[in-house]
Amino acid sequence: MSADAVLYDHPGPRAKLRNLILTIVFGIGLLALLWWIYSKFDEKGQWASTLWKPFTASSTWTDYILPGLLHTLEAAAVAMVLSLIFGIVFAVGRLSEHWWLSVPAGIVVEFFRAVPLLLLMFFIFFGVPFLTQQPMSVFWAVVIGLTLYNGSVLAEAFRAGVKSVARGQSEAAYAIGMRKGQVMQYILIPQAARAMLPVIVSQLVVLVKDTALGYIISYSELIQLGVNNLSANFGNVVQAAIVAAIIYIVVNASLTAVAGWLERRTRRTGKAPKAPGQAVPAGVVQTGEAAGAV
Amino acid sequence: MDVFSDSANVDTYVTGFLWILKLTVAGTLGALVLGVLLAAMRVSPVPVLRAFGTAWVNTFRNTPLTLIIFFCYFGLFSTLGFTASDDIDRNNYWLGVVGLSVYTAAFVCEAIRSGINTVPAGQAEAARAIGMSFRQTLTIVILPQAGRAVVAPLGSILIALCKNATIVGTIGLAESSNAMKDLINANGNAVIPIFLVFAGTFAVVLIPTGYFFGWLANRLAVKR
Repeated sequence: MSADAVLYDHPGPRAKLRNLILTIVFGIGLLALLWWIYSKFDEKGQWASTLWKPFTASSTWTDYILPGLLHTLEAAAVAMVLSLIFGIVFAVGRLSEHWWLSVPAGIVVEFFRAVPLLLLMFFIFFGVPFLTQQPMSVFWAVVIGLTLYNGSVLAEAFRAGVKSVARGQSEAAYAIGMRKGQVMQYILIPQAARAMLPVIVSQLVVLVKDTALGYIISYSELIQLGVNNLSANFGNVVQAAIVAAIIYIVVNASLTAVAGWLERRTRRTGKAPKAPGQAVPAGVVQTGEAAGAV
Repeated sequence: MDVFSDSANVDTYVTGFLWILKLTVAGTLGALVLGVLLAAMRVSPVPVLRAFGTAWVNTFRNTPLTLIIFFCYFGLFSTLGFTASDDIDRNNYWLGVVGLSVYTAAFVCEAIRSGINTVPAGQAEAARAIGMSFRQTLTIVILPQAGRAVVAPLGSILIALCKNATIVGTIGLAESSNAMKDLINANGNAVIPIFLVFAGTFAVVLIPTGYFFGWLANRLAVKR
């Protein structure tokens, strides 16, 4: 059901009046809130040009924001590749017919999906050096943490995708003499990847957002450089945070737009198998915009 | 496991998870209320409300929670003077609840909206045909059916909220991840048991919760 215009009739004169009143009341409330924020900021001198001026200087961008963004994207890109590999390996492992493969893979995936990423990063960054007697690179602490968490989520997505491929597909493949590995490689994975593409992309948005956790273990990403270090020099923490937020929103909104486009495309060509809905086992990631990608 | 025979360490552990529990409960309430309101706005006949809902979702869904919590502290607290309590921990806790609710509400809203899309159009048309208003159509006919379809996504959103509660540690609350960091730094010889206890607590609680929501979703699913 498309929600628009089905839930209510075309407005007649009374409904139009009511909608107008609601618009005005809500609009005034919203403007009042914005005005309150504006005047509070004004009171604290947050609109002072010295606080905003730095963002027009090119050195601010080349010294702080762009290197920060670069580090964020760097960690995100490496973690994306690694977590896709991790996801495929553990999805295949969990689908294996050998219990000594599927049980450990299942335990690993369930464990890393349930542990908060920050806890994982703290362990890797602060705990592992005690074990190896060597300092841990903060970049790898972030990347490994991101890989273990997002890779596990992707493994579940792939598994749901493989299960959503019609059984006739693998039966036909076995019938023409393909081996288990071949069926997985040539028949199931390509179709599963296509079906789960929107979920995979929205998980990648989550991954980009999660690089921000690197700030907490002082990885020099966008918040560390663009908000923390920048505001240490100019005293404009609120302004820097607003600019950083806008950058994140632009990056992630474009990724989300790609996801939406892919979803429409796969739906149109009709090649994707039916999205795995209620029938998937408990705890499995489901398709759809909101599916577990928080 | 010698670390946890020291009662001070056990105390750190318990305090950390109590904060997570409180953040989860309060954050869930805030996110559900806000999320349902936002979803209602996004399907309402009033364009301003729709635009507001859309703007909210696009803003908060695409901003890292770390930055939102950060902003709650420096924007809401330091600049706008929002103070919930004189006790610094309590104040940080409430700032964390605001950040978590505002962020998670965007996801709850989208989950409910996609739930509304699973209800056949005929349901809403029938409701309108017998003269129900928008509010009646939504609250009596659509939302009860949509609610059943969103149990599974809502479950994973709430589980994520519980895990995300650790991020409130950014503004200095001694929640579980900060507690673990302190214990690791003080007991370098027992890193693995410490990690296993903290991570294990989350796993033991959250994995069954995930299966519970899956079971509930299957049970409540509307058979069509």
